[in-house]
Amino acid sequence: MKNKELTFKVFRFNSDTDYLPHYDTFVMKVTKDEVVLDILNRIKWEHDGTFTYRRSCRHGICGSCAIKVNNKPTLACKDNVFELVKVFGEELILDPQDKSRAYKDMVIDKKPFWDKYKKVKAYVIKDIQETPDFENIVSPATNEEIDEADYCIQCGNCYYACPSVSVNEDYLGPSALTLAFRFNADSRDEGKQERLKIVDELGGGIWDCVKCNECAEACPKELNPIAKITKLHNQVFEEGLAKNNIAVRHSVGFKTSIKKIGLLDEGELVRFSEGNCGVLKHIPEAIAMFKKGKLTLPWNMPESKNLDEIQSLIHIASTAKFKNI
Amino acid sequence: MAKIKYALYTGCTARESTPELLKSTLAVAKALDIELILLDEASCCGASHLQDFDDMLSLTLNARNIVYAEKLGFTMVTICNTCQLNTSMTKDRLDEDSNLKDTVNAKLKEVGIPEYRGTVDVKHFLYAMLDDLGLDAIKQKVVRPLTDINLAAFYGCHNIRPSHTQAKNNGGENPYKPTSIDNLILALGGTNVEYEDKNSCCGFHVELQNPTTANRLSANILSGAIDNNADAVVTPCPLCHLRLDVQQHNIEKEAGRDLSIPIFHLPQMVGLALGLSPEELGLQHNIQEFSFIQ
Repeated sequence: MKNKELTFKVFRFNSDTDYLPHYDTFVMKVTKDEVVLDILNRIKWEHDGTFTYRRSCRHGICGSCAIKVNNKPTLACKDNVFELVKVFGEELILDPQDKSRAYKDMVIDKKPFWDKYKKVKAYVIKDIQETPDFENIVSPATNEEIDEADYCIQCGNCYYACPSVSVNEDYLGPSALTLAFRFNADSRDEGKQERLKIVDELGGGIWDCVKCNECAEACPKELNPIAKITKLHNQVFEEGLAKNNIAVRHSVGFKTSIKKIGLLDEGELVRFSEGNCGVLKHIPEAIAMFKKGKLTLPWNMPESKNLDEIQSLIHIASTAKFKNI
Repeated sequence: MAKIKYALYTGCTARESTPELLKSTLAVAKALDIELILLDEASCCGASHLQDFDDMLSLTLNARNIVYAEKLGFTMVTICNTCQLNTSMTKDRLDEDSNLKDTVNAKLKEVGIPEYRGTVDVKHFLYAMLDDLGLDAIKQKVVRPLTDINLAAFYGCHNIRPSHTQAKNNGGENPYKPTSIDNLILALGGTNVEYEDKNSCCGFHVELQNPTTANRLSANILSGAIDNNADAVVTPCPLCHLRLDVQQHNIEKEAGRDLSIPIFHLPQMVGLALGLSPEELGLQHNIQEFSFIQ
């Protein structure tokens, strides 16, 4: 199969003149080696010179040509069109990363995205002499700690795929958090504590990750941002910075519950996380659940068989501490 | 064909706040002639939160759970997306990193637990049914087709992402275009509803610390299903179910619109088509009522 006739429905919007966006349809013969960027170029060069998109390196390193194809985050210069056809069929829909922030066609206003890098201080923090007389050498072993996070090309694919970002403008998002991890892991850096305090804030930090793995899926460099976010969680405990708040208690509460019954005592976890006053707001749901036989009362709480084995394992396998837990 | 046997890892939710999930799973397995052996020794998987606090502890507990399935020698079947991902990610990491496997096995040995070997598959019940029984065999057992019922499949994150883990241990479907539940709905005689958010996130994991985020995400799902004429939503994950069913009134408050719609656990929907009664499927435990079921 050499050529395919494909239909491209392309998001069009000009914020200077348009009230609402619309889609233009282009039908083109496409060859097996063409990537999405070739299509963007051909739309502009062969069909409509006003079509606007970002592009630069064409080698998957500048991160400018990131768009969405059928809602899949795509680096236009890297993703092969025929591969996309295999998943989505012969009609492909080309959208900017975030339609609500479109300036013109595929070009969006990325200010909030860049602002979040500033917020997490995505740079090496260190007092250095202006004229140092030695080099800051990073050994290969120390560099391993960075876990490839320095390969991030800041394309924004993970950020604009993140559902938490989409409904909460304060959430730092997977891209900035990946770089926060990257600089925390840098042996030259002295800003780890400062940075951890920033990413540990409730409402916009690591605790607002919804754990959907959209970022892991979206990253064209396969950097697995969510794994970096998990490591930031771990660092907050390792550095003794974990606050006694609802999110921290929620994560620690699993251990206390498993230690007690092997399983999760769901009601007790909510009480433990919320505190004795906070738990009261869950009364309406608790009543509704009780009426439907969905609330397990303490005397009916299940327990894992061989509980003593689980308890011994917790005793020897625990590596983290929060207060006395 | 020899009888299909699985080691069932129920997870905590099916034993507590969603008893209807365990009930309907057992009933459907019986109707499909699948034998489920419950892993009563298993612990909680940590639900993607314990690893934020203590990654090694989470890994070791999950490894122990898999060891019990290895003892039986049957595929370890889960009925919760988050249990599935935590277990399969543990398997992935131990299978790929022999040092990590040795560390974890040393801890298991200290407590007298056999070593983790990586000899069994870990699969969600949905994919186990589809892979080992097949859509046609299920179709043949349908006695009460779900005719004229519009069903919105809601896949839940941890059964479809990250795709490399799901391809190794689970259904391996494309996270941008999952099809298994839609195909199952069609095989059961129902009508599948197309809507944008079938593969998106319900927000369950931030429900306590950021209910606004959780409710906004859930609202996208319910409004998408309702606006495309769904009569019910169906999900393979009890955590998504708790969110969309138990928290529905809070989701409606956040969205400022009526979003009332009943939510099936996947085996409840399958069981209905197989002719099981609403009681056998525990439908009386669901918060939202199924007005279209007599």
